[in-house]
Amino acid sequence: MSDAATDIDDLIALMARLPGLGPRSARRAVLHLVKKRSILMKPLAEQMGRVAATARECTLCGNISGTELCAICASEARANGELCVVEDVSDLWAMERSGIFKGRYHVLGGTLSALDAVGPDELRIPRLVARLAPEGVREVILALGATVDGQTTAHYIAEQIEPHGIELTSLAQGVPIGGELDYLDDGTITAALNARRAF
Amino acid sequence: MSGGLALTELRLSHFRSHRAAQVMLDGRPVAIHGPNGAGKTNLLEAVSLLSPGRGLRRAAAEDLARLPEALGWRIAATLRAGARHHEIELRAEPGQSRTVRIDDKAAPQLALGRLARILWLVPSMDRLWTEAAEGRRRFLDRLALSFEPAHGEAVLGYEKAMRERNRLLRDQQRDPAWYRALEGQMARSGALIERRRRDALERIGRAQEGAATQFPVALLSMSQEDLGEEGLGVLLERERGRDMAAGRSLRGPHRADLVAIYGSKDMPAAQSSTGEQKALLISLILANARALRADLGAAPILLLDEVAAHLDARRRAALYDEICALGSQAWMTGTEPDLFEGLGARGQHVTMDADGGMRQEG
Repeated sequence: MSDAATDIDDLIALMARLPGLGPRSARRAVLHLVKKRSILMKPLAEQMGRVAATARECTLCGNISGTELCAICASEARANGELCVVEDVSDLWAMERSGIFKGRYHVLGGTLSALDAVGPDELRIPRLVARLAPEGVREVILALGATVDGQTTAHYIAEQIEPHGIELTSLAQGVPIGGELDYLDDGTITAALNARRAF
Repeated sequence: MSGGLALTELRLSHFRSHRAAQVMLDGRPVAIHGPNGAGKTNLLEAVSLLSPGRGLRRAAAEDLARLPEALGWRIAATLRAGARHHEIELRAEPGQSRTVRIDDKAAPQLALGRLARILWLVPSMDRLWTEAAEGRRRFLDRLALSFEPAHGEAVLGYEKAMRERNRLLRDQQRDPAWYRALEGQMARSGALIERRRRDALERIGRAQEGAATQFPVALLSMSQEDLGEEGLGVLLERERGRDMAAGRSLRGPHRADLVAIYGSKDMPAAQSSTGEQKALLISLILANARALRADLGAAPILLLDEVAAHLDARRRAALYDEICALGSQAWMTGTEPDLFEGLGARGQHVTMDADGGMRQEG
């Protein structure tokens, strides 16, 4: 027999392991769920069960999907010759939210890090190179973080792609929309100035 | 009082030996005296933490908490920079890293460098010219950082890429593209580091030329020539085999050394007497402060721990005169009040007791 109070404590402990939640916010979330058992907690539990049973990595790009190929890779309309390389699925989702990119993605699953034993093979880099010719890729867009690891990974990928004669681009770095110059660091201002364009 | 860079208030809570401490300041130099173990250096360390890095003792956050409580610690300061005042708060809860807030907003540590320029001289630096090169490189990088806050980012970037490369070397990895990607990053950051170090030495040199000072001129230079981005990239690629045998990167800006000559005697600093070596260090800190004042229009905050005890009365008086002429809020410590007699009403005096009690005069 399980004790309801112990179950709730266990649920709080599990919730507290989620990113962005601590013990305090986990307690609030669980209390909210318990209060709305029928209209929120049960549907949430059922939906989580379904996703847990079906979620998998897209075999082509590494996106999270319910099928072998994600909706983006399955769509012929997205095969426009542009391939955007991102570190993580959350970056893919961020790009998709913008609605501006109409090509396909390749999710690396992280960045190169010898210290963390993450090498090219762990990052689906060979799979990225293998996709170029069959999918008729014309341009690879590197959308990686402006960190040491992100830029090391970008340079590594660039060297792998260079022999294929494919156009290689990276996202611009500079002033964010709605940003004020006064709040930018020197590196960002330098990047923005170097990448200035005709008005 | 001058409107330059100065702390106008410092509050400590459970920091090192201080359960709770507060000092109100007006920008004049601060002379702190009291017996050994009263917590004088702890006050200076708290101020040093208002600049990027781990402060003048290079301590980890967990080592800063008052014992035996180990409740975590807090430093709150009001910094006057020209006509503006900034509230800075540093704190760390037990087991967690330190957090920085500037004007009630969370900020990265590096943001402190753009706000507060703080230079220090502590007794452990007395061996700077005779100890291993690492200490001199750190000293040099602090000089460069004082002129260019972005220097810290270049150093961190270089060290991160080098640690990654060293791991590849130790693991006998042979993927040349991975090495080239890392070496490219090291070359870019390394060239910036070389340039800013050289630039800092030139500024210090200019600040020493013709300065009205009682302290000896130190002629500074680098032990190795600048290679620039391309040269560093070539060097790292060429040395890869040797580096792999050693399991680490043997050459690059991380191996550079700072060479100092006692100007008037044309003698290496390492061969000068202990007193002369100390005088050279004071001379460099003062030159750094003069150069910064010329650049920024305000002298940096100086932290001079146990500096007065090593100087004879003539040099002590000269030091106080030069600090006052600079308009710097210099924090100085000493065991006896007599050491600061020459400063007089030009400074604020703080007396500390053996039990940590604090009294402000003037």
